[in-house]
Amino acid sequence: MKLEQLRGSLAYQGFLLGGTALLTTAALALAARATDADIHAAEARDMKQSFAVVLTGQYDNDLLKDTLTLNGPNGEVTVYRARKAGQVEALVYKVSGNGYAGAVDCIMGIDRTGKITGVRVIKHRETPGLGDKIEAAKSRWIFAFEGKYLGDPPADKWGVKKDGGVFDQFAGATITPRGVVKAVKGGLEFFEKNRAQLLDGSAPLGGATHE
Amino acid sequence: MSNQYARISRESLWDNNIVFAQILGMCPTMAVTSSATNGLGMGLATTAVLLASNMIISAIRNIVSEEVRIPVYIVIIATLVTLVDVSINAWAHDLYKVLGLYIALIVANCAVLGRAEAFAAKNPVLPSGMDGLMMGLGFTFALTTIGAVREIIGAGTLFADAHLLLGQAFSFMELKIIPDYKGFLLMILPPGGFLVLGFLIAAKRVIDRNRAQRAVVAATPAAEPVAS
Repeated sequence: MKLEQLRGSLAYQGFLLGGTALLTTAALALAARATDADIHAAEARDMKQSFAVVLTGQYDNDLLKDTLTLNGPNGEVTVYRARKAGQVEALVYKVSGNGYAGAVDCIMGIDRTGKITGVRVIKHRETPGLGDKIEAAKSRWIFAFEGKYLGDPPADKWGVKKDGGVFDQFAGATITPRGVVKAVKGGLEFFEKNRAQLLDGSAPLGGATHE
Repeated sequence: MSNQYARISRESLWDNNIVFAQILGMCPTMAVTSSATNGLGMGLATTAVLLASNMIISAIRNIVSEEVRIPVYIVIIATLVTLVDVSINAWAHDLYKVLGLYIALIVANCAVLGRAEAFAAKNPVLPSGMDGLMMGLGFTFALTTIGAVREIIGAGTLFADAHLLLGQAFSFMELKIIPDYKGFLLMILPPGGFLVLGFLIAAKRVIDRNRAQRAVVAATPAAEPVAS
């Protein structure tokens, strides 16, 4: 049979669509395999860079492999532990707040005394020029958290100035910084609540609790 | 033959430009053109997809039947976009952090399907590839221009962060056009995209009309001897 005749038949349409789906899926599967390792490596590199930014001091372990998973205020929290000679010196974990346009994801570092060593926003969708001053690249605002802990300022002062707290809001954007302050405060409360477990370095190095 | 390619190039880059003439692909156009670098990156990614999709669709144009061509094209285009997406994520990760959200938008760019239907399905592989390449470059030109205008007026810079897209060697492109600029937020926000696009389309119309008038004027004296 000629291709022209065959092309009109009903079965041909099915085989054509099926064949297309098969070939494209195969191409995607191959591409996923070929890029998987590189994507993971790149993401791990990103994580390490953000660890370096929110932590101070020197550590001698691989944070990515030394994790602890605990129940936090919004579901499970993966905590990365920074050690020096086996002792947990600092912790890094993600906290998330509600901004003006959805979730604002932050990463925060905290030392064993409960003091914040650094906070960075890693993902947000706030209004450019207004809410995006929470980015370290746009404004110094996020650095105000460094050295703070629950008690300095006192718990009722952990808010933006408009709410009677100590942290600045931005002209034209209160919701965004309020969300970030609340998220960081939540992170500190999480530390206080789980302090003993977090600082107990007895779990084997290499992160048995982490997949 | 080369005449045909010249015509394709002129059509794609200017006369029938995806953005300025066909007014297609508005979704990515509005979303990414807050800076010239983003526009350039999105344009180049779209060009890669257009080139590949046009060539593949042209190569299989005799096998694909009329009835199911649209789903076949869409699946091929979506696959190519995903391939571009994972490749950028794996091998140009810094760029992915800037553009990642928007790469998937290329599927929603009706210009890609439009070129498949209007050109690739009816022409041989090489002209189809040329059409895809040139349409893509026309799109890149449009996005970069809109991005540049919005960035200069909105933030006072031009090609900020270009090194993320093109490598450190191109950091010389990063210019601060207006020093100590406070910024003009409207231009960075979506309304700025519509405003700039509107003015640029108007400007293209004015240029085209002036060219047409000049062509008429130039043609008139030559026409007279023939008439007399």
